[in-house]
Amino acid sequence: MIERIPILRIGQFLLITIQVDMHDQLAMTLQDDLTLAIEKTGARGVLLDISTLDVVDSFIGRMISNISAVSRLLSAHTVLVGMQPAVAITLVELGLTLPGVHTALNAELGMAMLRRELPEDGVDASGQH
Amino acid sequence: MQVASTSSLGLEAEADIVRARQVVRQHAQSCEFSLVDQTKLVTAASELARNTVKHGGGGLMTIEVLHDGAKRGIRVRFEDDGPGIADLSLAMTDGWTSGGGLGLGLTGSKRLSNEFEIESSLGRGTRVTIVRWK
Repeated sequence: MIERIPILRIGQFLLITIQVDMHDQLAMTLQDDLTLAIEKTGARGVLLDISTLDVVDSFIGRMISNISAVSRLLSAHTVLVGMQPAVAITLVELGLTLPGVHTALNAELGMAMLRRELPEDGVDASGQH
Repeated sequence: MQVASTSSLGLEAEADIVRARQVVRQHAQSCEFSLVDQTKLVTAASELARNTVKHGGGGLMTIEVLHDGAKRGIRVRFEDDGPGIADLSLAMTDGWTSGGGLGLGLTGSKRLSNEFEIESSLGRGTRVTIVRWK
């Protein structure tokens, strides 16, 4: 069983692609890992790709909400991308509409959204390496 | 109505919640449920399997394929011998939670199913049965 979801750094953004059916502890670990990664890297944006997830139940939904809320408090903007239509329909019927979570249809549009959100403060983390 | 097949899965640990989703998905696919219907049934099962593991102290999931004339359906039952639910009507309220969750497990899985039945009382465990028709 995979025990960690990788978090990739791309410039000032963090990229997470969830490609496994997560058990609850894995979802909790991801939430903690991401919080630490934002603090460590000073990332300004988080792209959370769930395009391969065919189920999002209330537990995973809550993790997505928490990730978005915690990131915001740490000054990073989260965009959730790639939700499958059947998952969206099911989430709404379940009663979970993820208020406050920004979404985009796919990773490319999500990345464009993050770039727009970033203030032009001249700090370019991508230039540090 | 006929029960065409029956199988069961023990629900003891968190990994069994993932397994429950996979087993229900396989059944829904073999009954040729639409993708949306598959997703609804699997999501409902995930919520109820988590309740069995986390609140019921573990239990059993039984999955049956139903034939009613030309109609195909899937019935999933979740049983545990846990502490039970003191106030069922309260537990069936959106947002009510015994702690930790969002309080959408029971109410949400009811909305995602065509039929929903719950039996529970203090000290006598909990049994939840859902049916989704194709």
